[in-house]
Amino acid sequence: MNRRAPNVLIPSAHQPGLDVDRIRADFPILQQTVNGHPLAYLDNAASAQRPRSVIDAIGQYYEKDHANVHRGVHTLSHRATEAYERGRETVRRFINAAESQEIVFTRGTTEAINLIAYSFGQSLKSGDEILISHMEHHSNIVPWQLACGRSGAKLNVVPINNRGELIMEEFHRRLSKLTRIVAIGHVSNALGTVNPMAEILSAAKSRGVPVLIDGAQAVAHQSVDVQALGCDFYAFSGHKMCGPTGIGVLYGRKEWLERLPPFQGGGDMILTVSFERTVYNELPYKFEAGTPHVAGVVGLAAAIEYLEAIGMRRISAHEERLLRYATDALSNVQEVRIIGTAAHKSGVISFTVDGIHPHDLGTVLDQQGVAIRTGHHCAMPVMDFFGVAGTARASLALYNTDQDIDRLVAGIGVAIRMLH
Amino acid sequence: MADEQELRQLYRETVLEHSRQPRNLRRIAPPARHATGHNPLCGDKVTIYLDLTADEIVRDAAFEASGCAISMASASMLTELVKSQCIADVRRLTRSVFAMFATDTPGPSPGDMAALAGVRAYPSRVRCATLAWRTLEAALQGDRVAVSTE
Repeated sequence: MNRRAPNVLIPSAHQPGLDVDRIRADFPILQQTVNGHPLAYLDNAASAQRPRSVIDAIGQYYEKDHANVHRGVHTLSHRATEAYERGRETVRRFINAAESQEIVFTRGTTEAINLIAYSFGQSLKSGDEILISHMEHHSNIVPWQLACGRSGAKLNVVPINNRGELIMEEFHRRLSKLTRIVAIGHVSNALGTVNPMAEILSAAKSRGVPVLIDGAQAVAHQSVDVQALGCDFYAFSGHKMCGPTGIGVLYGRKEWLERLPPFQGGGDMILTVSFERTVYNELPYKFEAGTPHVAGVVGLAAAIEYLEAIGMRRISAHEERLLRYATDALSNVQEVRIIGTAAHKSGVISFTVDGIHPHDLGTVLDQQGVAIRTGHHCAMPVMDFFGVAGTARASLALYNTDQDIDRLVAGIGVAIRMLH
Repeated sequence: MADEQELRQLYRETVLEHSRQPRNLRRIAPPARHATGHNPLCGDKVTIYLDLTADEIVRDAAFEASGCAISMASASMLTELVKSQCIADVRRLTRSVFAMFATDTPGPSPGDMAALAGVRAYPSRVRCATLAWRTLEAALQGDRVAVSTE
């Protein structure tokens, strides 16, 4: 008889897949019908849905523990502060930051990028350059334009090729002695392209240029380790990773956050205030003016725990397989043109259907219970590049199934039949 | 199929016909009045051109646009409806189109616009149907800047 211990280390290639039925049961919102059909929710890049555990954590917090944080001596204030700081530690562990001081809570990715564009932007001067890319979300363009307006610095934009990939020769050419900061998305929300962050970071680092990564479309879909990446700033939102809206994270390397001036002034971000002089609080509170979104942090921590319990690797593998399935299925529809065909993609599929405006397609699909996004996806320069006013976009999450994709494809068939 | 029957209330044959073969899809140069409307949410864009007689009757109306079937059809119908009308009548017509999509007590639909009455059941699409008309309103007021329907 074989007495060897069972092999508990299952090789990753043979990891069991996700039990998607069980996962779906965790999400109350997916249990409904929309326009008479079970909901096929394929708009996760805009906002994902929340599992019961996140909804309950927020409810529990408000029912039992809420008070203002970092203030009162009373029991509830202590509990709220504990919950808030525990959330910070959960985020730190999730992205493997070195210290929890490096985790700043914001309203979302947008505010996190604005924070850096404002605070880092104070040191910009005329002639300086900010290196971004052609595939950025508006929230990684406009804050930098504002910083340019204040300082006289200018944007340098790395172009993309017709597959929707960064042209890396151009990146290297444009990264120069004038570059003060590089701000690039980890994953494109409009195209699904996963950018070569290692190459970007090593080139920027060799010139001593800090890098901000817009991670809004990455954190819920792959494991992110900010120390392994070696980035200086990493921004993401709670609501795209099964957490609440109105909460987001700015990770910043301590050396940077210590040097940067505050973003907003107010309570919590100070040690002492007099009319002559104000002493700012230590990290991360220096960047968290006012009463923070404590319930948001509690919900975000619950979302992270939910994703971790399933496992980011398994989530990635599930979504990768589903992306291939969806890409193949859509490619089989003659009228469909996929926009964004990068070699390395995440679960975002932008596409157009010949002769059908994306908005009409969106309505026809909605009537069949299939939720997708249509329009410019807050990435107008990307739409201009591909010569389209907008696209339809299906974006995946851990709870999506082959059936969701089949219904998308069937719905496109209905639209073609009706509107052509 | 039930879905298709529902959707046919939105995409009636008249609507699809106007969107496939829009009337007066061209530029008038130089126009007496024109304005460009933009819907930032979906990227739809329409420019309305009016040519007026000396006593301010619409001699010709045309449009250029990129947009969904609903906004194209609405703009196409608009150009047919305003022709030969005096400015006061065009304003009345515009008001009646807005009234037609009013959420509380929708008014009657002028002309072919009746085919767009189904849009009422799709609140997010009402702005597609009214974009051309808001743009017309801007053109009459002498605003040439892009108007948003938001």
